[in-house]
Amino acid sequence: MWDYTNKVMDHFRNPRNVGTIENPDGVGDVGSLACGDALRLMFKLDNEKKKITDAKFQTFGCASAIASSSALTEMIKGMTLEEAGNVTNQNIADYLGGLPDQKMHCSVMGKEALEVAIENYHTGKCSKVILEGEVICKCFGVTRKEIEHVIQENDLHEVDDVMNYCKAGGGCGGCKPDIAEIITEVRAEMTPATEAPQRKMTIVEKVRLIEETIEREIRPALQKDGGDLDFVDLAGNKVVVSFRGMCAQCKSAQFTMKDVVEAKLREFVSKDIIVEEDKA
Amino acid sequence: MKNIYLDNNATTCVAPEVIKEMMPYFEELWGNPSSMHFFGGQVQQYIELARAQVAELIGAADPSEIVFTSCGTESNNMAIYGVAEALGSGYKIITTRVEHPAILATCRHFKEHGHEVVEIGVDGNGRINLEELKKELSSGPAIVSTMWANNETGVIFPIDEICEIVKNAGGIFHTDAVQAVGKLSINVSETPVDMLSLSGHKIHAPKGIGAIYIRKGTKLKTFMTGGHQERGRRAGTENVPYIVGLGKACNMAKEFIASGQETTVAKLRDKLEQGILANCLDTTVNGDIAHRLPNTTNISFQYIEGESILYHLSDIGVAASSGSACTSGSLEPSHVIRAMGVPFTSAHGSTRFSLSRYTTEKEIDYVIENMPTIANRLREMSPFV
Repeated sequence: MWDYTNKVMDHFRNPRNVGTIENPDGVGDVGSLACGDALRLMFKLDNEKKKITDAKFQTFGCASAIASSSALTEMIKGMTLEEAGNVTNQNIADYLGGLPDQKMHCSVMGKEALEVAIENYHTGKCSKVILEGEVICKCFGVTRKEIEHVIQENDLHEVDDVMNYCKAGGGCGGCKPDIAEIITEVRAEMTPATEAPQRKMTIVEKVRLIEETIEREIRPALQKDGGDLDFVDLAGNKVVVSFRGMCAQCKSAQFTMKDVVEAKLREFVSKDIIVEEDKA
Repeated sequence: MKNIYLDNNATTCVAPEVIKEMMPYFEELWGNPSSMHFFGGQVQQYIELARAQVAELIGAADPSEIVFTSCGTESNNMAIYGVAEALGSGYKIITTRVEHPAILATCRHFKEHGHEVVEIGVDGNGRINLEELKKELSSGPAIVSTMWANNETGVIFPIDEICEIVKNAGGIFHTDAVQAVGKLSINVSETPVDMLSLSGHKIHAPKGIGAIYIRKGTKLKTFMTGGHQERGRRAGTENVPYIVGLGKACNMAKEFIASGQETTVAKLRDKLEQGILANCLDTTVNGDIAHRLPNTTNISFQYIEGESILYHLSDIGVAASSGSACTSGSLEPSHVIRAMGVPFTSAHGSTRFSLSRYTTEKEIDYVIENMPTIANRLREMSPFV
């Protein structure tokens, strides 16, 4: 059995706000029978069209999908549309005292239904823009925008995380390389957790920051595979490294350099860094 | 109402008689059978008795054709690994898409190591495509492994027919009979399989003990190497209490089948199935109902999801299982349900009830009575109803 919290089980056993609303102000439909879970969310606004006065749901899905839907309706009742728009999937999971990693996609489904419902109120359209566009995971019909969205919102690093949050890659697995690429792209663009210093770094500071980043963010991952790397030289924005151990003979070293070393240094040191391998 | 256990294809309770039989081998007869002293020496005879009991249940001509293992998975691994390694990559490996992961994963391992591996499909009722099997066998020597009966749907493969086809083509045939042993009458003297896997905990022995039947003359590379136990075919100190337990469980299963009690189980299963189909809307049975284990039914509840059904059943003390995505440990429904091409509207709500000789009519009545409430609660919540 899953390690569900008591709150998840309570909302599963006694779901709040099941049903439909007559003449709703917003309707959000996400998921499908094929995907194994689906949610229809409806809400009603007050006369000033500001606050959500009622919210109802219908869900096809597992215990955590039902609990997430129930929690969502409880959370948004009384909220203004702006407040509801700021609800994240993590808020839903937190409301339930947490969800197992593999079930985070249930909270994402809730969040997406809410987005679609709000968009439906504003534009009359039936599907949110993040659910449109290029489909990356054909098994579950997950779009590039949806994947980018869960990575940003939940600070995801691994393909498996993306799978847990939005199911992408969870079928045949054929799109996993694409997802890995999207992760790299999105993370490269994300504002680094540690704000880049305003003034120009001195060369000594830059070297120290590169060393710290290698030590903290890069080396542990390489050592896990029996490899390592040395920081050889720095010239302007060009960082020269040399691979050691398993990495030295690894066929995917080129990939590691661009997608791990360079991505991390760009994230934590400076956006313009270029990494090169020491061929000497 | 006490707890009702209808998940016997997952595991079974250990029969009290089996536990009783095992106890002396923890308390007094704990010697190592290989030892050159009385502590060990007195134990060997009980291992041989258990071996004879296993051989008798499946009709093996000679008890020495039975090798004890730790579980069904080990037996399956040993069979595929043993012959694939012994015969080399010139032999194609043929299996089916609905096998247990213990077979599928092992075959896929050999696919990565030079063997041609083919997985044969099944039809919408879970029946094997024999024409495809014949076609695959026509291109050269092959190792074939198909299950006797499916764990999820209970569908029985026509093993006599498969065996004949494989033998006529000069192939080696292994069958994973983990679900069939103890539920069906099996006789390897009449059905000339080369190897057959069985597991203790599916037939009221404990977990941690299994066996494999290896017909005399079958070439097998040793999978577990070390000491000379089991005539050098499976190294490791014998798990004496569990071997004795498996022997007793086989002995009890033999009597159970001989007395025709499986018919009683089948009647209860049919009552449960008909009760659910009659009282719950949008339900269908998965699998070939004419060729099915007597204890198993796999029912799809359309428009509702399996995990939710199981949790609600569990709340009222009923244990069952599901092939839905959320319970299969992945994001997709079980590979068996998918191989059968069960539509998605039904796949996510597939629920398996598997009975045992200990299941009572009262228990079945209780499930029939309560199932509609659970299904309706979830249907009321479903956006598709």
